Amino acid sequence: MKNNLSFAMDDGVSLEQREATKEKGASKPLVCPTKLNLNAVKPGYLKSIGTRAARMFGRTFCVCLTFAAAIGVWSAIQSRFAPDLPTPAQTWTRAVEIFSEPFYDDGPNDKGIGWQLLYSLGRVAAGFSLAVAVGIPIGLIVGTSRLIRQSLDPLIQVLRPVSPLAWLPIALLVFKSVNASAIFVIFITSIWPVILNTASGVAAISKDYLNVAAVLRFERLEMARKILLPATLPHILTGMRLSLGIAWMVIVAAEMLTGGIGIGFYIWDEWNNLNVASIIVAMGLIGGVGILLETVMNRIQRRFQYHD
Amino acid sequence: MIDTIVKNGVAAQIRDQQGPARYLISAENISLAFKTKQGLHPVLNDVTLRIKKGEFVSIIGHSGCGKSTLLNIFAGLLKPTVGGVILEDKEVDSPGPERAVVFQNHSLLPWLTVYENVRLAVDKVFGRKKSKAERDDWTRYNLKRVHMDQALGKYPMELSGGMKQRVGIARALAMEPKALLMDEPFGALDALTRAQLQDVLLEIHAALGNTVIMITHDVDEAVLLSDRIMMMTHGPGATIGEALAIDLPRPRNRIDLLDDPAYQHYRSKGLRFLHQLQRRNGPE
Repeated sequence: MKNNLSFAMDDGVSLEQREATKEKGASKPLVCPTKLNLNAVKPGYLKSIGTRAARMFGRTFCVCLTFAAAIGVWSAIQSRFAPDLPTPAQTWTRAVEIFSEPFYDDGPNDKGIGWQLLYSLGRVAAGFSLAVAVGIPIGLIVGTSRLIRQSLDPLIQVLRPVSPLAWLPIALLVFKSVNASAIFVIFITSIWPVILNTASGVAAISKDYLNVAAVLRFERLEMARKILLPATLPHILTGMRLSLGIAWMVIVAAEMLTGGIGIGFYIWDEWNNLNVASIIVAMGLIGGVGILLETVMNRIQRRFQYHD
Repeated sequence: MIDTIVKNGVAAQIRDQQGPARYLISAENISLAFKTKQGLHPVLNDVTLRIKKGEFVSIIGHSGCGKSTLLNIFAGLLKPTVGGVILEDKEVDSPGPERAVVFQNHSLLPWLTVYENVRLAVDKVFGRKKSKAERDDWTRYNLKRVHMDQALGKYPMELSGGMKQRVGIARALAMEPKALLMDEPFGALDALTRAQLQDVLLEIHAALGNTVIMITHDVDEAVLLSDRIMMMTHGPGATIGEALAIDLPRPRNRIDLLDDPAYQHYRSKGLRFLHQLQRRNGPE
């Protein structure tokens, strides 16, 4: 009798398992809706071919077309309206020059673009890490306590729209160091999205998880470590991704003002030397690094994403 | 020596007179009202429910009558306006693992695997009493009890509704609760899966003799599983309308019971109660 029962149940499990895998398979195309939308835009004849290779080829072709059009517009503007601009060809030659020796070092005021880039990345890394280390605990507290949220919210709302660059003079005054000031500007840039997203993540925690924690009698620290942090991690990572993107934009402007070394300073320096081709190359590099940072953050975010 | 016997005797006598002490867990004179803009809205009105050790009690009633509210008060997740919950002679007013809850929507933590979800509870409840290896064993043992030992590394999103609820039951059992509280545990499942889980529950109850309070709106489920069914009236101000003792021998088998006149009798009594309620209050 009992054997029969457990046999029936074992079978039940496998039935359910089959069902679960079926569900999983069915939900797969929903994983990345933005990509699906892009595919929906593609021309009808590609849909009929439908193979992955053809789709890849079509997409690459379209991307190439976009870049070719942009270079065409650039060429046209250069030849018709702005003869001072370098041509795409001149810029290409300059790019080859620059990237043939990215890490040369001729004294403090003449370093290769690789060094400039690394210094900028270093500042962003320092300011960003600081913002994450300070912002997550603040966000957790703001999200948990209504009193603290109500007290801090007006201050955050006032400070958030202030351009991070406006902090630069104050930072220079306080730190009396160009490097520390640039890092502080990145810190101020990055901290708001981290705080706000962490706090909203805490506010969005399902009551179910809190009930589980209550039944298990978790204490405050256990609660933060075992429920609050993992439950809000996707929100926190969203905040981090947003702030890293802004930080990478802000560092260029900050370095233009502080001088010394860094990709922002490099652009300003090349402007003073009227090397506009170098500026365009640097812009391309900044864009490329921006995409790289975004991709890395996206990967991390996907790793810690969970679904109910 | 004699003194202590006398003292114990008196204590036992007092306990007997008090009534609740003969029970493992009881809700005494529970009333609950929510504050709304229109004034106080009564949800529960003077509910007293006492449960003996090892007893399986179901609470049935229409949706929205306050069944789940009553269970949450037993769990300590909600505080009653009047009255209190007594567990083994002591009043309890906050949640704890000795009253483990199987939640309606399973409430597994989605970032943890099946094993980790149960282990979290085991570590918290037995962190000091059991060694690491013992806790590992205990986690696996409880998952085996609900036939989920093949899916230890799976995440909740990879499981069907029935499997999630199995893990929810394993997590609650692993806390070794004095009373197991179940809030419409199978309400969201299809009929087949529901029957399988009811069998799992029968099996576990037969083996362990747990004290269980279960909320359900399914009369068949209540008759199959319970020693006693409490039927709740409609809110606002719901209370326990009738109690129905289910005197069917255990172990019970759903197929054998189908032709049992006693089973039919209990079933029709439960259904009739719910039907009368509906007639009195009009369609929902």
